[in-house]
Amino acid sequence: MTTFLNLTLNGLATGAVYAALALSLVIIYQATRLVNFAQPALALVAVYIAYTVSQMTGSYWIGFVAGLLSGLVAGALVERVVIRPIAKSSELNAIIVTLGLLLIVQGGVGMIWGNRQHGFPYAFDYVGRFSPADVFAVASVAVTALLLFGLYQFTPLGLRMRAAAFRPEAARLSGVKVGLMLTAGWAIASLIGALAGMLAGPPFISPNAFDGVFVYGITAAVIGGLDNPFGAVLGGVLIGLGMSYVSGYAGPELATLAALAIVVLVLSVRPDGILSRPAARKV
Amino acid sequence: MTTTSTSSNAVEAPAPPARPRGWRALPSPVRHLLLAALGLAVFTGFLLVTGDLTALRMAAVGYTMLSIAGLQLLVGGSGQVSLGHGAFMMIGAYTTALLVIHMPMLPLAADLLLVVLVAVVAGIAVGAATARLHGPYLAGATLILAVGLPGLAHRYHEVLGGSNGLTIRTAGAPPFLQGVVTNSEWKALVVWTTVLLAMALLATVNSGRLGRRLRAIRDDENAAAMAGIPVGRTKVVAFVIASAAGGLAGGLQAYVLGTITPGSFTLALSLTLIAALVLGGISSMWGALWAGLAVVYLEIWASDATRALNLDRDVENNLPVVVFGVLLILILRFWPLGVHGAVQRLTAPLRKKSAPR
Amino acid sequence: MILEVQNLNASYGAVRALKDVSLGVAEKGFCAVLGANGAGKTTLLRTLTGLHRAAGGRVLLEGEDLTRLPAERVVTRGLAHVPEGGGVITELTVEENLRLGGLWRRRRDRVALDEVLDLFPPLAQRISKSASTLSGGERQMLAIGRALMSRPKVLLLDEPSLGLAPLVTRQIFDLLRELRSSTGLTVVLVEQNANGALAVTDSGFVLNQGSVVASGPSAELLSDDRTRHAYLGF
Repeated sequence: MTTFLNLTLNGLATGAVYAALALSLVIIYQATRLVNFAQPALALVAVYIAYTVSQMTGSYWIGFVAGLLSGLVAGALVERVVIRPIAKSSELNAIIVTLGLLLIVQGGVGMIWGNRQHGFPYAFDYVGRFSPADVFAVASVAVTALLLFGLYQFTPLGLRMRAAAFRPEAARLSGVKVGLMLTAGWAIASLIGALAGMLAGPPFISPNAFDGVFVYGITAAVIGGLDNPFGAVLGGVLIGLGMSYVSGYAGPELATLAALAIVVLVLSVRPDGILSRPAARKV
Repeated sequence: MTTTSTSSNAVEAPAPPARPRGWRALPSPVRHLLLAALGLAVFTGFLLVTGDLTALRMAAVGYTMLSIAGLQLLVGGSGQVSLGHGAFMMIGAYTTALLVIHMPMLPLAADLLLVVLVAVVAGIAVGAATARLHGPYLAGATLILAVGLPGLAHRYHEVLGGSNGLTIRTAGAPPFLQGVVTNSEWKALVVWTTVLLAMALLATVNSGRLGRRLRAIRDDENAAAMAGIPVGRTKVVAFVIASAAGGLAGGLQAYVLGTITPGSFTLALSLTLIAALVLGGISSMWGALWAGLAVVYLEIWASDATRALNLDRDVENNLPVVVFGVLLILILRFWPLGVHGAVQRLTAPLRKKSAPR
Repeated sequence: MILEVQNLNASYGAVRALKDVSLGVAEKGFCAVLGANGAGKTTLLRTLTGLHRAAGGRVLLEGEDLTRLPAERVVTRGLAHVPEGGGVITELTVEENLRLGGLWRRRRDRVALDEVLDLFPPLAQRISKSASTLSGGERQMLAIGRALMSRPKVLLLDEPSLGLAPLVTRQIFDLLRELRSSTGLTVVLVEQNANGALAVTDSGFVLNQGSVVASGPSAELLSDDRTRHAYLGF
């Protein structure tokens, strides 16, 4: 029973990280109908910058803020410079271009910081059941999700972003700068991705550190429904719990394949995810 | 070119499509087999003038090319994006290794046939499970497969050898050819014979009914369904064929390298394969050739370059990947049809002159 | 002339969709642009508001050149465009759709919202409902209301009658006329339904294959049998 409780609490903490990553994928998918396979790479850059700044200043929190900001900037930059000129041409090209980015950034990080592992600290004490670090993970993701909801639902920027995502042309006719909204979406998404990286990074970071996390993040987004932020959070929690139980009872090596099984199972019942909008798919 | 006999009534009726003559009149399997034989002859000649090292590299080009050709049929043909192709290479490689270790009496040909069979079964399982997924959902699911499958080698390390993988010894050149060809050259020849045969088969499938159905599905799934094409089944078949090609390629890789580790079948492999496919040209099987060359030689050039420039190991290890990514984005931006498309455009004037319609 | 179009050209690839189109719309005018399917009516509106790039010519609103402005800037100069089908965003609520129209004006324009809701009582009743629950006529009202939120000088409408019952179309046309007389708004109505459009407007232009082939007061166009038979099909 204690094992179960431990696994559940553990699953919640990791689930928060997956939820954050899934959120960052969903924000971009909503706006551009594109799954950003480069999201873990952007998070990677953010975390390495956080690492470097922390080393220089000696303060974890200055590094933390620097990481989040660099995620924001990287997202905007990537959308403007790389994604926009190419992604429109076809769905396949859109996927490929983000894969190309993933390769470049992972390789680039390896070139600059090396392929070896670097120690990356937790924000808080991480010892024990539902440690302060775990609480911080769950709380920061919950606050982020609420802020995001508020932004979308109650601010003019949020209204513009939604309009630009749903009907770009109608939005333009209402004076919305659609291109700017896409950039803003990428920036916000990458900021949240960077937060996920900051939470998933410890205790060690390396260029491939986020491959596994990313897989669970995308799993969470896919089973929740790629076009629904609530789905992303729900999916993150579900995957976090599921993986925690599978690792605990059957062995950690099987966790990824269990994620695949969950994806196939969920999607065979609901091909667009648990919380997808039924009208979202054009026939 | 054949207008002499029908000049009088050519005005009223549109000229009937000229019956194909010569090369084009051959049935497509024959054509593709002849091309494969020609390819093998050229390759053998090429091996004679190059050394052992090139033979091994070309063997790598061969199996990479086959794997990518399978992916081309799937992605370029039917529009399904699989990011987990490396998983099927892994299945093929481990199946080969297990067969060589536990059933040493089987000849290589039997091993490879069994490998294809296993890959087909795996392809059916995955293809059927993912048949209803579309676009990014399929890409996501296959991505998970690519990341998750190497975990099996760790989980069942007593059978699959854990992170050290499996090591096998495979036969070199047969006794009567000792001294004529080296072991490496022999292996390269075996690989290319298999690869070219398999690719002739793929090309035949691609130019036949299945290929047409796949393209119809890629262009408009609803219209294809309306036209009576069994969309779900056709997509699974494409997935299975691609898996078989990937599995066979993995089997050949195991045969050439003799060492199979989970570390060679990471997500990076799957991503490199699809990146190379786009690089080579996604719309034609010829693209696979350029893609195979690119995968093998970019890595070699990158390590040569970093060594020549005295850069450190971190740069050397990561340079090929970065170059790949940069090329990929540049190609998508400026050359969306890949190297094959560019070659075609450059040679278009020549072909127009020599073969008017 | 509040809106002036001079020698406007536009093309899709090699196809010239607009050929030297020139027309003028008087202030507080209610003007119809007519023509068969493919005559270039929609392209004309899209080029006017910057959704499609002009290949030549000029668009002037109160003398200000709008030709090179992107669509999101054109609306801020006072030229509003209700696209074909309305362009209502069904994923948003009625209120959100309306607020979107006035968002660029920075200051929250509570007055404009109330005015629009006064004009369209059915919208006021469903203000917090999703726009997807509206009927066809209500959606067209919402689209017009959203355009009015930007307090435009000239309102362009692309086939508001499309898919609506004749009675509802009449309501919409009457409403536009009322709006014109109560607020002094200039309205340009693109219609395939020439008969209905000429009955409410005061002047009209007929497009055929991208060129203006006839123009004049609506009553004259309506009584000109040659134009009617040749281009308007009734």
